[in-house]
Formats: sequence, C-alpha cells, structure tokens
Amino acid sequence: QVQDMPGGPRVRQLNMPEGVTQIAQDIAWLHWMVMIVCAVIFVGVFGVMFYSILMHRKSRGAVPAKFHEHVGVEVAWTVIPFIIVIAMALPATRTVVEMKDTSNAGLTVKATGYQWRWGYEYVDGPAQGVKFMSSLSTPRAQIDGTEPRSPTYLMEVDNPLVVPVNTKVRVVLTANDVIHSWMVPDFGVKQDAIPHFLRDAWFRAEKVGTYRGQCAELCGKDHAFMPIVVDVLSQEDYAEWSKEQQRLLAEAADDPGKEWSKDELIARGEKVYATYCVACHQANGKGLPGTFPALDGDEKYVLAPMKDQILTVLNGHPGTAMAAWRDILNDVEIGAVITYTRHAWSNQGKGADPIVQPSDVQALR
Amino acid sequence: MSSVTADHIAPAGTGHADHGHHHVPTGWRRWLFATNHKDIGTMYLIFSFVMLLEGGALALLLRLELFSPGLQFFQPELFNQFTTMHGLIMIFGAIMPAFVGFANWMIPLQIGASDMAFARMNNFSFWLLPVGGILLTASFFVPGGANAAGWTMYAPLSLQMGPGMDFAIFAVHILGASSIMGAINIVVTILNMRAPGMTLMKMPMFCWTWLITAYLLIAVMPVLAAAVTMLLTDRHFGTHFFNAAGGGDPVLYQHVFWFFGHPEVYIMILPAFGIVSQIVPAFARKKLFGYASMVYATAAIAILSFLVWAHHMFTTGMPTTGQLYFMYATMLISIPTGVKVFNWVATMWRGSMTFETPMLFAIGFIFVFTIGGFTGLIVAVAPVDIQLHDTYYVIAHFHYVLVAGSLFALFAGAYYWLPKWTGRMYNEKLGKLHFWSTMLSFNLTFFPMHWLGLAGMPRRYADYAAQFTDFHQVATIGAIWFGFSQLIFLYVAINAWRGKGEPAPANPWEGAEGLEWTVPSPAPFHTFETPPTVK
Amino acid sequence: MSASRSDQGKEAPYYYVPADSAHPVRASASALLTLLGAALWLNGSQTGHWMFLVGIFCFLFVIYRWFSDAIRESEQGLNSRRVDHSYRWAMGWFIFSEVMFFAAFFGALWYARSVTTPWLGDFDHQRLLWPGFTGTWPNFGPGGAIAPFETMGPLWLPTINTALLLTSGLTLTLSHHAVRAAQRGKAIFWLAVTVILGFTFVACQAYEYFHAYADLNLRFDSGIYGALFYMLTGFHGFHVILGASILTVILFRMIRGHFTADNHFGFEGAAWYWHFVDVVWLGLYFFVYWF
Ligand code: HEA
Ligand code: HEA
Ligand code: CUA
Ligand SMILES: [Cu+2]
Repeated sequence: QVQDMPGGPRVRQLNMPEGVTQIAQDIAWLHWMVMIVCAVIFVGVFGVMFYSILMHRKSRGAVPAKFHEHVGVEVAWTVIPFIIVIAMALPATRTVVEMKDTSNAGLTVKATGYQWRWGYEYVDGPAQGVKFMSSLSTPRAQIDGTEPRSPTYLMEVDNPLVVPVNTKVRVVLTANDVIHSWMVPDFGVKQDAIPHFLRDAWFRAEKVGTYRGQCAELCGKDHAFMPIVVDVLSQEDYAEWSKEQQRLLAEAADDPGKEWSKDELIARGEKVYATYCVACHQANGKGLPGTFPALDGDEKYVLAPMKDQILTVLNGHPGTAMAAWRDILNDVEIGAVITYTRHAWSNQGKGADPIVQPSDVQALR
Repeated sequence: MSSVTADHIAPAGTGHADHGHHHVPTGWRRWLFATNHKDIGTMYLIFSFVMLLEGGALALLLRLELFSPGLQFFQPELFNQFTTMHGLIMIFGAIMPAFVGFANWMIPLQIGASDMAFARMNNFSFWLLPVGGILLTASFFVPGGANAAGWTMYAPLSLQMGPGMDFAIFAVHILGASSIMGAINIVVTILNMRAPGMTLMKMPMFCWTWLITAYLLIAVMPVLAAAVTMLLTDRHFGTHFFNAAGGGDPVLYQHVFWFFGHPEVYIMILPAFGIVSQIVPAFARKKLFGYASMVYATAAIAILSFLVWAHHMFTTGMPTTGQLYFMYATMLISIPTGVKVFNWVATMWRGSMTFETPMLFAIGFIFVFTIGGFTGLIVAVAPVDIQLHDTYYVIAHFHYVLVAGSLFALFAGAYYWLPKWTGRMYNEKLGKLHFWSTMLSFNLTFFPMHWLGLAGMPRRYADYAAQFTDFHQVATIGAIWFGFSQLIFLYVAINAWRGKGEPAPANPWEGAEGLEWTVPSPAPFHTFETPPTVK
Repeated sequence: MSASRSDQGKEAPYYYVPADSAHPVRASASALLTLLGAALWLNGSQTGHWMFLVGIFCFLFVIYRWFSDAIRESEQGLNSRRVDHSYRWAMGWFIFSEVMFFAAFFGALWYARSVTTPWLGDFDHQRLLWPGFTGTWPNFGPGGAIAPFETMGPLWLPTINTALLLTSGLTLTLSHHAVRAAQRGKAIFWLAVTVILGFTFVACQAYEYFHAYADLNLRFDSGIYGALFYMLTGFHGFHVILGASILTVILFRMIRGHFTADNHFGFEGAAWYWHFVDVVWLGLYFFVYWF
C-alpha cells in the first residue's frame, strides 16, 4: 500500500501543498481565491443555463421570445467581469513582486542542471566552496518493477541540497546542456535553468524537514529521473554539516600527478561510468542507435589513440547530447572512466593507449 | 458528399452559367484533381479524422504507459516521442485541418458563393497536408526515432534530436504553407464573393469567426516558420541563435514560438465558437443574442491574443514588469470570452429548445469549455502558474479547451451539417450515445489531471511517484473509453455517407437559418453559380 | 492574372472556377520529394541529395505549367472583375504574411541586441559564468568559440544597394504610369531597367557575401551577429531574386502584349511585391547596417 511521501505528494492529494514558505502559502491562498470566484461565476452562469434548458424547452410548449440584443446587459457583463479581473490581479501583483525580490539573501547556492542530475555549489556561507552532484538514488530494479518501490520512489537522491531553516536562500540557476527547471512545490519555487544563462529564485523555509520536487522542463529521455531533494536543517545542524563538508573536501582532493595502476583506474572508472555515462551509453556500452553512440567496439574514439576521446569527454560534442564534462569531473575521474571504457565489454584494452593516466588528461585540459 | 442523382436537380437559387465544366468528374480524378470546394472539404474532413485516430492512438499508448508507475511498455525516449507527436499530430493534423474542412464546405454555401476564390490553390492547400502527415509519421522510422522535444520543440533540446527533428521541421513548414494558402483563400472568399445583399454584418457567425481566424493564421504561421527555420540552421549550419556561447539565447526561441503559439490556440477555438453560435440559435429557435457584440468579442480575442504570449514563460525568469504585464493582459482575455458565453446562454433563455445531438454537443461545449477557460484564468495568475506550470494541471486545462472545446464543437458541427453533406439523417440514437459516452469519458479522463497537477505531477513524464497512481489509472481507463467512443461517430458518419438512413430534406432543422439550408440535401456539386440575392 | 475582357465579344463568367487540375497534387508530390530529400540530405544521405534536386526541379516545372494555365485563362477573358479583385486581395495578404516572416527575424534581432546581450554581460553573469564578457553589440559571444570577424558597415556597398533598390522602385513606377497611359514601349523600357537594377542588386549582394567571407571573416556561424546578418540579408536576397524573376516574366508578358491600360493586375501584383522587398531592405539598411 502506497503511503504519503514526506515532503512530497500525498496519496490522492487534491490541492496544492500547504507549503513551508510564506510564498507557497500566498500562492495557495491566491489559488483558492481565484478558484472560488470562478466557481461562483460558474454556478451562476450555468444555473441560468440549466434553468433555461429545463424550463424553455419545446416539449414543455415553450414559445421562443423575440429579443436578440440588449445594450444594458451587454455592457454590464463586459464591465463587471473587468472589475472582477482587476480585483483578482491586485493581490497577485503583490505576490509577484515578492517572489521576484531575490535581494538580501542569507545564503546563495548555485544549482546547475545537467542531463540528468543537479549539481550544487555553495557560493557563500560556512559551506562556501562545497560542491557536489545530486543524482536519483532509486535503483533501476524499482523502476523496472522487479523490486518493491520505496515510499520516496523517484523523489530521492544520493546527496540532497542542505540549507538552514528560516534563512533566505537564493538559488542561482544555470544549466549545462538543455533547459531544466528546479521545482520544489513546498517552497513555491519553480525556476527554469537556462543553459549558460543565470536565473535566480529564493525561498525561506520555515520548518525543518526534507522537501522534494522534480525537474519540470522536458530535458530529454531521463527528464523524469532528476529529482530535487532539499534538507532543511536547524541553524546548529547546518553549521555542523558545513564543517563536516569542509573537512571532507580537504580530504578528498584527488592528486592528478600520482601514477595510478590499471586496476585502480578501472575500479574508479566503473563507478564514474555508472553515475554519469550509463544513462546514455547504457550499461552494456551499446548506446541507443541513432541518438547515443556505442562505446563497445567503437573504433573511432575508444579503440583509437587517447587524444580524441579525452578531448571529447572534456569538451563534449556540439550538436549532440554529449556534454562537456570538464567542469563536472576532475582529471582522475576522466582518466579513470576512459580507461574503464577501454577495458569494459569486448574492448578488453585491445585498442591503442589502453591506459589513460590523470596526467594525460591534465595535459589536454 | 453530393451523390450523382441529386446533381441534376436545379435547386432554387442555383442558376447556372454554362462554361463547359458542369460535369462531375469521376473516379480518382475527382479527388486527386478536385477543384470543387465540397470535395476538397470532404477530403479535409477525412484526413483530419484519420489524423485524430493516429494522434489518439499515440495518446492511448502513452496513457497505457502511465497506467502504473515504473516503466512497463516503453522506454522514456519512445514515450517522449509519443507525447510530442501526439501534440503535433492533434494540433496540425487533426484540429486545424478539420476546421478548414468545415470552412471549405460551409463558407461558400453560407455566403452564396459558387466556390472558394482560388479553387486550384484550395486543392494544393489540401494536398500539402498528406505531405506533412507522411513526414511526421515517417519520422518514427528514421534512426533515433521521431522528434521527442515536445510539440513546442524548445531549443536546445530540439538541437540534440536526430533526423526525426528535421522531418518535423519540414512538416511544420509545409503545413504552415498549407494553412497560409488556405487562410488567404478564406479571407478572399469572404471579402470578395459574398452574394449581393450579404453584408458583413449579416454573415453567419461561422464565417465571421473564420475570417478572423484566417487573419490570425496569415499573421502567425510565418512566425512559426521563422522559428523552426532558426532551429534548422542551428542544427545544421552552425548558427548560434539559441546558443549562449555564441551570444544567442534559448529563450529567444520561446518568445518567437509563443508569439505564434498563443494565437494558435485561438485559431483552434474561434471557428469552434462560430459553429456553436450557429447551432445554439437553431435549436433554441431564437436569433443569436448580441450578434454585433459576438463579432466584436471575436475580434477582441484575436487582437489580445498577440499580446499575451509570454504567459507560457512565467518560469523562464522574466523581469517583474514582464510578468505583471503578461499576467494582466492574459486575464483580460476572459472578458470577451465571457461575453460569448453570456450571449449563448442569453440565446437559450426563453427559447424553445430541443436537444438533438448537435445541440447536445454545443451545450456540452459551452459547459466544459468554460471549465477549461477558468483553469486558463487560474494559470494566468503568475504566482499560481509558478506552481502549476509544466504540471498535469496545464494538461487538464488545455484538453478541456481543446478536446471539450474544439473537438466537441467539431462533432456538433458534423452532426449539424451531416444531412447537408450526405443527404441522409444520421442515427439520432447513436448520436446521443456518442455524446453521452464522450462527455462522461472525457471528464473521467481529464478531470483527475487537475488534482495530479495541483499535487505537483510534472508533464512529459514517462514515470512518476507512486502517490500519483490512482488518478493516472482513472485517466487511462477514461482515455480508452473516450477513444473507443469515437468509433461510434465513425460508424454513424460512414453509414450516412453510404446512403443509409432517412433522406434529409433541404432543411432538416426546424430553427436553422441560412443560405446553406436553401439548397437541397445533399448539396449539389455546383451551388450558387449565379449568386442568390439576400434581402 | 489580369482582369476580364470582352475582346472576343464574350462576357466573362460571373466567377470563373477552373476545372479539375493535376497541378496541385503534382506540386504536392514534388514538395514531398523535395523535403524528404532535404531531410535525408542534411543527415548525410547521397540519395537524399538527388531526391532533393529532382523534387525541386519537378516543383518548378509544375509551377511553371500552373502559372501558364492561369495566364492563359486570363488571356482567354475568363477572369471577371471579381476574379481580378480576388487576385488583389490575395496578393495583398500574401505580402502581409511575408511581412510577418521578416518581422520574426527583425524581432529576433531586437531581442538579441537589447535583451540577450546585456543580460549575458551583467554583473552576475560576469561573476559566475562569463568572466570578461561585457555585453556589447556586436560581440563574438561569451564562449570564446567564435573566430573574430569584422562587421559589415553601411558604406559603400549597402548604400549603393539601397540606391539601386530605391531607383528600381522609381523606374517601376514610371513603367506603371506608362502602362496606364497605354505607352507600351515606354513601359517595357522602364520595366527592363527595373529588372536590370534588381539583378544588379543581387550581384552586388553576392559580391558583398564574398567580401564578408574572404576579408571580414564574417560567416554564417559567426555567433549571433553572423547568424542574424545572413538570415536577414539572405532571405531578403532570396526575395529579391524571386521578385526580379517575377518581373522578368511580366516583362515577357508585356512584350507579348498581355496588359492593357486598365487590365494589368499581373503587373501590379509583381510591383507590390517589388515595393515590399524594397521596404524590407530599408529596414535592413537601418537596423542591420547602420545601427
Ligand atoms: C483552444 C485552445 C485554448 C484556449 C481557448 C485557451 C484559453 C486560455 N488559456 Fe490556454 N493553453 C492552451 C490552449 C488554450 N488555452 C494550450 C494548448 C496550452 C499549453 C501549451 C503547452 O505548453 O503545450 C495552454 C496553456 C496556457 C497557459 C500556460 C500554462 C503553463 O504552461 O504554465 C496559460 C497561462 O496563462 C493559459 C491561459 C489561458 C487563458 C487565460 C485562456 C482564456 O482564453 C480563457 C477565457 C475563458 C474563460 C475565462 C471562461 C469564460 C468566461 C466567463 C464565463 C466570464 C466571466 C469570467 C471571469 C470574470 C473570471 N493557457
Ligand atoms: C487538439 C488536440 C488534442 C487532442 C484532441 C488530444 C486528445 C487526447 N490527449 Fe492530448 N495533448 C495535446 C493535444 C490534444 N490531445 C497536446 C498539444 C499535448 C502536449 C504535447 C506536448 O507536451 O508536447 C497533449 C498531451 C497529452 C498528454 C500529456 C502527455 C505528457 O505530458 O507526457 C496526455 C496524457 O494523458 C494526453 C492525453 C490525451 C488523450 C487521452 C486524448 C484523447 O482525447 C484521445 C482519444 C483517442 C482517440 C480519439 C483515438 C481513437 C483511437 C482508437 C479507438 C484506437 C484505434 C486505433 C486505430 C484505428 C488506429 N495528451
Ligand atoms: Cu531536467 Cu527535465
Ligand atoms: Cu497561451
């Protein structure tokens, strides 16, 4: 039996979420207000119509009247709706102005849309410099239905965005490939991420908790698989979390100068491949004919000298879905994943340059 | 369809001038080489119904996938093709050509003209449609499959697509050319070929709404052509219209597209308004209330439609002033639209109504379209749209106006004029069954989508959180029911066409007025070769 | 395309409706071949290339036959006043649709200059995305991938072209006056001058493109500036070729004596088109070359 998702949709939810920001609540209020006005007009208009349908039917002997215009009522039903519309627009105006005011934020994070995951980077605050990728964590088996689905099916990630409560958080959005859209209904935020442009939005969460949303702009095949999860922590917990992240950051810095062994590279590369490449090129390396080229047995790049493949991974392939990975993956990861592709499946390291060291990548960067 | 026997009856008001083409061409030549507005209209209607089935079949396939969470039948890349092509085929293949078919059949009959102004170009407009239809359908079978970037074809996603995208671009070009030629033909026919005495303000509402629609078409189809041409050069010739690295802007595409796109939705509804404005007075046996204000309201909707396009772009991050302006302008459209609704209700008021199938569909139209109009108004409120944009709420909104709006009006018009086209009365029982079945299944399909959208279910998703399951299941069941209900119509129409059923008199409807009812049913091959005089 | 005549002593029908015709369906089939071919060709198919060429050829041939028929009907006096009016309305609204087509590109130009460019160069973008991009027009794009180019100024070629087109508008009007005054020789002369001016414009434009590619490195793929420059001037140039070709046909018809002082819509329609092309050019001259 499916249960309500904490911070996500409820089962058979009939209305907008109540929300945990002032803006979300304002929106919910606006929606109620406009809907009620419309409902009243609707009942009025169709009350008249159905009365007429009931009473003025030929089978009851109704004789058609002769009138066919009346300046008075025609003016009235033009002017009165006009006034109603203005009355609805006024409170909406206030909310628009508030939503667009991203100044004086207490924390700024940059969110970048990738096909198909989100990347976050803390631009200021105690976690400044921390950055990570946030990918769907639902296992494939659940999607294929061979495993029971978790209550947070499709709306769970490996690394959620973490923000403090009661702080105005400004999210600066951009994208790397196509347009995505960052939506969290509980915050009343939905903002498109336009590739290589910046847009911004803000929210001030008033309750500690986990809130969920999904990518809301068609961005290709895995559009449904790039959710957004935001952990809202108390101020203390947030400070704690930031400290931990800074420590991990210092620890995890890979050393590209180091000479890696083949097995180390393949092991690391396999993980990178599973996170970033598998969506298009597929686990079996066969890609999808017509859109995503196969890596298995590919003579042009994978079994050829390393240079072209390194450059392609670094810079992408314009006009196709192949993204530039230079800002997402470091030299170690790129070297590792290329080495992996050169050994996986039937490739077995039989092409030129079976091993690509991080230093090789660094040299071409 | 004019049958051969009726062709020799010289009806009242259809004098003739002999200039050597009075024969009815036979066999395939009659259709392939047609210059007769009735034959061309028939071909338009058949084509659009075939496209409705194709687009509907795609919808049923995607609804099937959405029956439960997880990926059952189709991988997302194929699902996105279904969604995209469903939208494109329904809009450019089904709804728009169907209205042009009605225009072809009815406008010359309603204004007392012998044919459309440019009979050969008329046939060209039609025969370009199968070209577009073939390009769209064929694109499923090229490497990479069909366009999967949504019917809106937003850059840069559309720049990533395979050859299928080029097929779609060319199809849009060709269908656009067809629409422009068709629209010019209609404008000229209405402005230049009215019978003596048929002043503009005496024209049937259907002609008026089509006149204004035709202007919309002439104005915005070239803009769409420009938009997809820029896509084409970005895809193949290295231009940077939509690429920031070269100084371009993906949002530029959206502006150009929606400058077309918003008027486009009124292109699909104004003729529907026209049809309903013919039917309601006929079955209320009372003149249309507020004829003049109907005309002005139609014009006002058309003019406003050019000024509101960015309400589809509230989440792209426009400046505050932009959002406010587009919100206000959009909300204004409800006023002239409201005038129309009020006028229809006032027409029924104290009429003497009967409820044959056309009237049922017309009333159904008014009732359900208004729900769609109200949800349009709700998403026009910018902050509310921030929550609802790109969710199933929008899907619900536009299926309420497009299916229960445009499509219902098309059915209403088809039943209304079927006797004139075929010379046979359709089967009233089956017609009513069709209406009720369609009405109920329609709401079953699309009403729950409002709730899905409010709860945050994004559109164009092949898979969804399990909490959304119940309403998706209801929608899928409704969709299958809705789809198969349309086969009733197919049966009814084919029967009438094959000459089954009661012969229809020249005017089968007690309250119907207009020149089209002065010629026999079925309408002879040639009508009004010398124009009637309208008092 | 001209109006009714009764020189054969025959009244034109009230409204001439042509008999069934094979042209439209043939034109559609050619269009299918052309576009299918183009789509395949763009994606690297050699067969597509040939399909495209054959399709275009067939299409032009069908159109040629079609227009020949239309002209013949006009010359047989089948077209009444009313048909003449139809042609006028149709030509007018067709030109309006063309205006909208160009308006879309002018709108794109405006948007790219006044919205996109400053936006890309604003403070936030400089800080977080595009350090060093200042948002001036014209620009090489912030991505650094556009080879530097020089822009095309208004002097001298475009100004000469402006003069050519304006003059051609004038000569065309002279020809029109001559037609109306039934001075056939004069009309032919000025029309011929117009056609020559038109093709001279095309030649200049071709030279300008050559110059842009060879000397300025201004190419179709030179960022948003190059894209808009070639899209606008290119589509305009295409319309000049079209307009000049139509005028050429009209010239030949005139030489054959097709037009009379009060029946010459074919001429007038072509003239409207030519003036439209002229006006678009003025827009280009101001917004693309000068400002
Ligand atoms: C036939 C087609 C049709 C019609 C007629 C309409 C009519 C309207 N539409 Fe709709 N719309 C679409 C087709 C249509 N739309 C489509 C296809 C999309 C999605 C495209 C896509 O993204 O794929 C869309 C999307 C869409 C959006 C963008 C949503 C989003 O993506 O976030 C918006 C936002 O403003 C909108 C608004 C409106 C409004 C205000 C009207 C108004 O015209 C409605 C006016 C009518 C009424 C209001 C009811 C009757 C009035 C009264 C009884 C009078 C009294 C009323 C008052 C005073 C309130 N529409
Ligand atoms: C006028 C246009 C029109 C019409 C009539 C319809 C009709 C229907 N539409 Fe839709 N729809 C759009 C225009 C239209 N649509 C547009 C523009 C989009 C947006 C696309 C995009 O996002 O890009 C859309 C998107 C859309 C979606 C969202 C998809 C997504 O976001 O992923 C859904 C989901 O349920 C849907 C469902 C339906 C259904 C169930 C019908 C039903 O009414 C269809 C009923 C079926 C039939 C009438 C066919 C009958 C067929 C049979 C009985 C089978 C037999 C088959 C053969 C004989 C071949 N449509
Ligand atoms: Cu990212 Cu949809
Ligand atoms: Cu709109």
